[in-house]
Amino acid sequence: MSGKPRLTYFNGRGRMEPVRWLLAAAGVEFEEKFLETREQYEKLMKDGELMFQQVPLVEIDGMKLVQTRAILSYIAGRYNLYGKDLKERALIDMYVEGITDLMQMILTFPFLPPEAKEKNLESIKEKATNRYFPVFEKALKQHGQDFLVGNKFSWADVQLIEAILAVEEKIPAVLSAFPQLQVI
Amino acid sequence: MAGKPKLHYTKGRGKMESIRWLLAAAGVEFEEEFIEKKEDLDKLCNGGFLLFQQVPMVEIDGMKMVQSRAIANYIAAKYNLCGKDLKERAWIDMYVEGTTDLMGMIMIIPLQPADKKDKHLALIIERATTRYFPVYEKALKDHGQDYLVGNKLSWADIHLLEAILMAEECKADILSAFPLLQAFKGRISNVPTIKKFLQPGSKRKPQPDEKYIANVRKIFNV
Repeated sequence: MSGKPRLTYFNGRGRMEPVRWLLAAAGVEFEEKFLETREQYEKLMKDGELMFQQVPLVEIDGMKLVQTRAILSYIAGRYNLYGKDLKERALIDMYVEGITDLMQMILTFPFLPPEAKEKNLESIKEKATNRYFPVFEKALKQHGQDFLVGNKFSWADVQLIEAILAVEEKIPAVLSAFPQLQVI
Repeated sequence: MAGKPKLHYTKGRGKMESIRWLLAAAGVEFEEEFIEKKEDLDKLCNGGFLLFQQVPMVEIDGMKMVQSRAIANYIAAKYNLCGKDLKERAWIDMYVEGTTDLMGMIMIIPLQPADKKDKHLALIIERATTRYFPVYEKALKDHGQDYLVGNKLSWADIHLLEAILMAEECKADILSAFPLLQAFKGRISNVPTIKKFLQPGSKRKPQPDEKYIANVRKIFNV
C-alpha cells in the first residue's frame, strides 16, 4: 500500500482524468480518495495539504503534488513517457498542450446552461475536425510510425487517445475523415 | 542572426511576455516579428507556420514552436533553469503553474466589461494575497535560501518576479504583508541579466493600453 500514488479528487473525470490515464498507461497502480462533501475539502485545505487550496492532489514519491500539468509532467518523466531528449519533449509538449485546449472545451461542457450547449458542441466539433485532429493525422501520415513522437509510446499518445474517446462520446462520427486516427 | 530565436506575436505582453522574461534571464538575445494587423496573422496561418493556427510561435533550434508552456519548458530546460532532477522540476512546475494562474487573471483585466472590472480586480488582489503570495513567502521562509528551489536561480524565480511586478501594477503595496517576497524582489531584480531586462530600452513590453487592446480584438476576433 505504501508506495502507490494516491489521488485525491471528486469521483469523476474533471481535471484528474488525464492523470488516471497516464498512470494506467504506465502500468502504475494507484489509490483514490474521493471528495464527497464540502467538509472533506475544507479539512484538506485547513490541514495545509493543498498548496494553492485546489485539487487535483497526487501524493507520489513523498511529495504532495498539485496543478495538473505539474503532476502529469512528473509522471511522464518518471515513467519514460516524455521522449528521449529535449526536442522530442518539446514536440510532446506541443501536442499535449493542443489536446489539453480541446479537452478543456469538453470539460466545461456539463457546466454550461442548456441554451449554450448546442453552440458549444458545434464549436468542439469544428475545432476537433479543423484545428486539432488534422495535425495528428498529418503527423502519423508523414512519419508512418505507430506513435506520435520518436517511434515510441509517449504521453502525447495517451493524451490523444483520451481526447479522441471523449470527443467521440459527444460526436460519434468525428473521426470519419481521419483514417490514421481511427487506427489508433 | 542565424541561431537567434525569433518570436512571433503582437507588440505587447499577452502570452509571450513570460517567454521574453525567460530568454532575457537566460541571457539569450532574440528577435521579434510583430503581428500588427489581421493580415499578418493570416499570412502565418496560411503559410503553415502555426501548428494549431495560434500564436505565440517561436522559431528556435530549427523548430517552429507553439503553445506557450511548451516553448517555456524547452527554453527553461535548455538553459538549465528547471532544477537538477525530476523532483526539483516538479516543485518548479507547481510554483510556475500558480504564478501562471495569477498572471492569467491579471492578463484579462482589459477584456472585462466595465461594470465587472472592479470586482475582478478585487478578486485578483484577494487571490494574490491569500492564495498565491503566502505560498512563496512560506517557501522562502522554510528553507531560508535566496531562490525558491534547489538554492539556484530557476524558472520559478523568474516567473514569480514577473508576477510580483504585474500584481504591483494592480496595487502598488500588494507585497506589504510579505517581507521575504520584498527582499526576493530586490534580489532577483539585481540578477544582471534580469536587471538589464528591467531597464528602459529592453524588449520588455509595457502594460496594454486601450489602443493595443482594440487592435488585439481586431486581429484575433475576440
